[in-house]
Order: sequence, then structure tokens, then C-alpha cells
Amino acid sequence: MRRRGLILGAAGLAGAFGFMMGLGAWRGGDPPPPRGGEGARDGERMDLSRMAWELTDDHGTRVAPRDWLGQASMVFFGFTWCPDVCPTTLMDISGWLDDLGPDADRIRVSLITVDPKRDSPQVLGEYLSNFDPRIRGLTGSPEDIAKAAAGFAVKYERVPRDDGDYTMNHTSGVYVFRPSGALSSIIDFHEDRQFAVPKIRRAIE
Amino acid sequence: MKRFAIVLGLAVMLPLAAAAECASVSAGDLTVTGAWSRATIGTARPAVFYVEIRNDGETGDRLTGIDTPVAAMPMLHRTVVKDGVASMPHAEAIDIPAGETVSLAPGGYHGMLMELTAPLAEGETFPVVLRFERAGSVEIDAPVLSIRAQGAECDAAG
Ligand SMILES: [Cu+2]
Repeated sequence: MRRRGLILGAAGLAGAFGFMMGLGAWRGGDPPPPRGGEGARDGERMDLSRMAWELTDDHGTRVAPRDWLGQASMVFFGFTWCPDVCPTTLMDISGWLDDLGPDADRIRVSLITVDPKRDSPQVLGEYLSNFDPRIRGLTGSPEDIAKAAAGFAVKYERVPRDDGDYTMNHTSGVYVFRPSGALSSIIDFHEDRQFAVPKIRRAIE
Repeated sequence: MKRFAIVLGLAVMLPLAAAAECASVSAGDLTVTGAWSRATIGTARPAVFYVEIRNDGETGDRLTGIDTPVAAMPMLHRTVVKDGVASMPHAEAIDIPAGETVSLAPGGYHGMLMELTAPLAEGETFPVVLRFERAGSVEIDAPVLSIRAQGAECDAAG
């Protein structure tokens, strides 16, 4: 029997619970404010200013949520061994940044890896050099990643393959935050670009 | 006459990097076209294979597997997003219903090329054999496009 270990930090359990509660509510029509993660208290929106993770970017710079305040930011989780979803998301984001024109300078874009074992800062840098140079890659220890994922109420899971290798399942939405740190919206993986760009503009303005 | 028109077209379009017509292979009622893949960094990461399959017949068929010399473990996958979480389970078979076109495309069905035998470099092509339940095996060459590519860079065959 194939064992799939659900990787969630201790703090992540509460976050995942909040996330699932949020999903339950989403199914009924208008999206309510997304909730969950340690960045949110009961009934409150997720907020960068209440998160406590710290990661290293592909330039080797330490990054904490407070560093993102004062400017809009866009975050998504993925990994560079991912052949379908991740290049597609990276290219979607490049397209959105192009559509934003000069306003793209007013938003910070980051990929947080869910596969820190393989995605070191150097590996992230090498991979991301093929995409839009405005996209930074963040990594850390498995504990650091679990803490960040809990902050965003993001789920990820290691899936072993028959040949001994593995792949990762992960939350695929792009989280958009206002300069204040408050969550503005989540852009789903299969969402049309015509809806994505106005969502990003709303966070910037 | 047709060739003359094409040459003329090319001469006009060349500055715009004109796309050639996609290679296309037929077997029975099936037409396989628009194959492509993305360049890889080394061989450690899996590669992808995308393609379009049209069924002009009145009977459905099924794509049950793929083979290629560039990967020791090629497999059909489907990207699914459930409750916001993306995963890519193995697809036992992909239905090709009568009268329909089914695409293996980013964010959906894809050939997952694991255990690469060599890095895939942009500009190269490699052969892929698609195994169908009824139509049998169909071989098509897949051009390797940029790691940034999001679709085939050729014009759909008429
Ligand atoms: Cu796959």
C-alpha cells in the first residue's frame, strides 16, 4: 500500500482546518473573504502582518513577511521539479505582469517552494532565470516551509513514485496581498486572465 | 500552384517568424498533430509531452500509453485541481470519443516523461509512440520548444 504522508507543521493543522472551512463556504456562490492560516484570527482575513515565517530567496537574502509590507505582493507555492502546473503558473504570471505594464513595478512576486530538499536558493535561481526576472524564489528548511505554508493555509504533500522518486501535490492558487498585508484575492489555477489582472489591480490600488 | 502560394506566403511572413504547419500523422480515423515538449535543465526533472488527437470516425478510441526513447518511464498523467490543491494522477487511459478532438495540453492531460535519458534541448525533436486501443501505435515527432512555451508553435493542420 502506498503511503502518502501529509506534511503539515503543527501550526499547519489549525491553518489547514481554517482553509477547509473557508472552502466549504466558497462553494455557495459569492466568495467570502478567504480565511485561515496563522495570519488570520477567527473571522479575519489572512494578513501578512500577522505571519511569522522567515525564508531565503534565490539571491540568498533573508525574507520575512514584514519585508513585503508597503507594497502589493503576489505569492504562490510550487516546486521546480513540477513539469506542468508550475511552468504554466510562471508563464501566466509573466503574462499578467506584461498586461499590468508599468504598474507591475508596484507588486512583488514570489514562488515559495514546497520541495526544499531539492529546491535550494541556487537551484531556484537557475530555474527561475528562464522566466520573468521579477519572480523571486523562496526556500528554507522543511520546518521553515511548513511554517510559511501554515501562514498561507497552503497544503502540500509528498507523493512517492514507483521508481523511488517523488512528486508534490500542492495548493496551486496565487495569493494577492494589499500593501497593508491584507489578503486581497486568490487567483485559481484555471482562472481566466481577464479576471486575474483586475484582481491584481485591485490589490495595487 | 499551391507550392508557389506557400513560398510567396513565407517570403512575406518571414520577418514575423512564420510558423510552419504542424506535423500530422493519421492512423485509421485518428489524426495526431501539434506535438510539442519543453526544454529541460539536465535530466533530473521530468519533461512533458503535449499533443492533439482528432477522431473523425464513428467509434471511440482510447489512448492507453506512450513510449519514447528519451525517457525510461513515460506515463500519461492528468493535472487535477481539487479544493485548490493540484495533483497529477496517472491516467490509465484517455478517451478519444468519436467526432471529437482531445488535447494533451498544459494544466490537463500530459505525457509525463520521467527518467530522461538525455536533456531535452530547444530546437531538437524526439519521437513519441502513442498506443491506441483500436488504431494501434502512432509515431509522431515532438519538437522541443522553450521552457517558457505554452503551446505548439505551428499552425494546426487543415
Ligand atoms: Cu505529470
